[in-house]
Amino acid sequence: MLRIAKLPIAVFALFIIIFPWIAHQIPTIEHYPDIMVFAGIYCLITIGLSLLMGYAGQISLGQAAFFGIGAYISGILTANYGMNAWACMVIGMAVAAAVAALVGTPSLKLKGHYLAMATLAFGIIIFIIFNEEIEWTGGPDGMSGIPGLSLLGFEFDSVESYYYLVWGFVLVAFIFTVNVIQSGTGRALRAIHASEPAASAMGVDVSKFKIIIFVYSAVLGSLAGSLYAHYLNFINPSTFDLFFSIKLLIMIALGGMHNIWGAIIGACLITFLSYEWLHYFEEFEVIVYGAILLFVTVLLPDGLAGVPGIVKGWFRR
Amino acid sequence: MSADIEENVLELQGVVMTFGGLMVLNNLNFKVRRGTIKAIIGPNGAGKTTLFNVITGSFSPTEGTVMFKGRPIQDLKAHKIAYQGISRTFQTVELFGNMTVLENVMLGCHTRVRTSFMASGLVLPQSRRKEKRIRESALKILKFIGLADKFKDSADSLPLGEQKLLEIGRALASEPELICLDEPAAGLNETETHLASSLIKAINAKGTTVLLVEHDMKVVMNISDEILVLNYGQKIAEGPPEDVRNNPGVIDAYLGGVA
Amino acid sequence: MEKITLASQLLQYLITGLTVGSVYAMVAVGFNIIYNVTEIINFAQGEFVMLGGLTMVSLHVAMGLPIILAFPVTIVLVTVIGILIDRFAICPIRRPSVLTLIIATIAVSIIIKGTASFIWGKNPFDLPAFSGRNPINILGAVVQPQYFWVIGFLVITAIALSIFFDRTIIGKAMRACADNANAASLVGINVKKMILLSFALSAAIGAVAGIAITPISLMEYDRGAMLAVKGFGAVILGGLGSFPGAILGGLIIGSIESFGAGLVHSGYKDAFALIVLLVILFFKPSGLLGNIEISRIKRF
Repeated sequence: MLRIAKLPIAVFALFIIIFPWIAHQIPTIEHYPDIMVFAGIYCLITIGLSLLMGYAGQISLGQAAFFGIGAYISGILTANYGMNAWACMVIGMAVAAAVAALVGTPSLKLKGHYLAMATLAFGIIIFIIFNEEIEWTGGPDGMSGIPGLSLLGFEFDSVESYYYLVWGFVLVAFIFTVNVIQSGTGRALRAIHASEPAASAMGVDVSKFKIIIFVYSAVLGSLAGSLYAHYLNFINPSTFDLFFSIKLLIMIALGGMHNIWGAIIGACLITFLSYEWLHYFEEFEVIVYGAILLFVTVLLPDGLAGVPGIVKGWFRR
Repeated sequence: MSADIEENVLELQGVVMTFGGLMVLNNLNFKVRRGTIKAIIGPNGAGKTTLFNVITGSFSPTEGTVMFKGRPIQDLKAHKIAYQGISRTFQTVELFGNMTVLENVMLGCHTRVRTSFMASGLVLPQSRRKEKRIRESALKILKFIGLADKFKDSADSLPLGEQKLLEIGRALASEPELICLDEPAAGLNETETHLASSLIKAINAKGTTVLLVEHDMKVVMNISDEILVLNYGQKIAEGPPEDVRNNPGVIDAYLGGVA
Repeated sequence: MEKITLASQLLQYLITGLTVGSVYAMVAVGFNIIYNVTEIINFAQGEFVMLGGLTMVSLHVAMGLPIILAFPVTIVLVTVIGILIDRFAICPIRRPSVLTLIIATIAVSIIIKGTASFIWGKNPFDLPAFSGRNPINILGAVVQPQYFWVIGFLVITAIALSIFFDRTIIGKAMRACADNANAASLVGINVKKMILLSFALSAAIGAVAGIAITPISLMEYDRGAMLAVKGFGAVILGGLGSFPGAILGGLIIGSIESFGAGLVHSGYKDAFALIVLLVILFFKPSGLLGNIEISRIKRF
């Protein structure tokens, strides 16, 4: 049985809870909770993407689009129309779900290269729309004045409060996804990955499952986008470009896409790399990402999450 | 009419299948009686696997109807046909290699429980109960096919003979009324072949109708109630084993060298 | 001042479209060369074009080598990069699957892009046109001589490739690999060498396209990805694996883009080609000249 151990999840949750306190004690990492907010936001996207790519075996190079859809819908509706931010978040998720169903239905009939290119093209088209519909999106200059979040009078205006909000969402999404993986749905997804003809001969509605997962990953992406917009109070299209979709790919490849933990590990590592550790490299940053991606693909096909298995293998020998 | 439906679980009428101008199945008519074992034989390229793919919904036939329990199914997709009560195995083993033996059979139970994405994510008690139920019935099937002690192994790691058995087990898990076995004995040694034959008989004894494609004549003559002989996509003979064995047309086209 | 009629305007769009389309066609041909031998879609295909253009700028403009010398040296350099990609990114993959191969070529493409931004910076570079910039007037359309160079290079590439694949032993061996790699290796063809050659060849063609187009559209470090996507659009439109299809597809995509930008909305210039790509993928993934039966046989 595919079982995902509960203990690491509890340890991880505990760590997330006390991390701001730890960071507060050590001056050199005092600002880490801020970076962890972004890491958490990216985790939401990679959790969905890991389920889609690692478990169901369907590649998507257009996830940045859903992230952008959430961010822009939240941004436009709250900043320009003064709507309730939580309602906008839900609207964003609904729109992302609708777009994913619309694009996913024909796309997910495609395989391999075709699916990769279709999702890539979709992502770029959405990116062009963000740039061109200046009236709505502010064009390449972006849009500012997006309000922060508040709930029942409580303002999520400190880094710490936003940290707990984001990671609360991440934890819920993570546990939900773990449950899905361990259920009949997860089994059906892995069956699709292994053999579509056999899965459908056993009664699995292959296209339905693929679309459900694609929609789920889009909804999580949109939620992440909304959280991003309300945290930064400013968005511009370059956040949602092709390179971001590839960065997401790097995250799950580095973490290991056949393991849901890989989504968390990869998102956190790459976020810290790009916001902190590689900050000084500037021009080199992209090369380093490429090198990481190539290294992982060639030498570490199961990502960092696969390392314990490799080490175990050494001891067994 | 209703007696006929009871009698014949599967009935093909005028089935034609063409691929880009090439006629692979040519006006095929035959019936499979409930509770019997029917074998389809014929030389390579006779259209046997294509016939299976048409019955199980991988392809829709170019012309003709496929009736299952008196209802047309030729336009249904593969997964819908599985829900109707037809299950299958593949000529080249198509197991879920990344999953365990038990999980493979549990996936076979897919048609028997409703899988809802939300219910799985929220771990509603009902979905937990369902999981438990299909786990138990999958273990029962593993016992029946003799792989109970290997339930934890990954399907990839089994030898071919056991992979073939596991595939049959997975097909049984949906509790089908008709099971289509595509060369269940191909690549097996004598002991394994014997095991597979007795398993097929045991499945049939439980009331499941069996349709099989097989090259091993010993198996075919031994276990089938009726044999259908295909050549170039056409039926050239049909009947009980002893009739087919003595049919001059068949001997000519196919058994010539063997018999 | 001459009056610009609608007809001459449309002709202008068409010529521009065919010129840009020639570049897409060359990218598409490059995709197909690698795909036919390896069944890999090389997502770094567009980077060859970028490298061709920028290397030529360095050699010709910065170092002052005459075109006649800079041209072959550029092609050789880019070809070497193509060979390195195969050696260091494709060959060593232990568990090749579509997903890992896609990811590997994406990794290569961002490494090349990052290195290019490091070497050349982020600004676009110009290259002198091969035979000046005095526009030629054709029925009211104003055409730079370089346009003909671009289209001419496509024609030469197409002819050279058809001779290569039909008449030479190596070319025939590559085609044999494309049909059936196992059978090819049985008759003594070194499949690994053929894969290497396919990367070299498609890198060289990409470089030619880059050199040809830079005097018209300039070149900068991040042009590769979009060129690759549009080139792939051409591949799909023409039918994956088909060389005539790739050329036709490239010219059609270029024209659609040019007319779309001129007549509909210039900001959505890049979107037109992508929408065409999606429509083809959704409704006729076998393309115009492709064969659905063949695409079923292919592994990926």
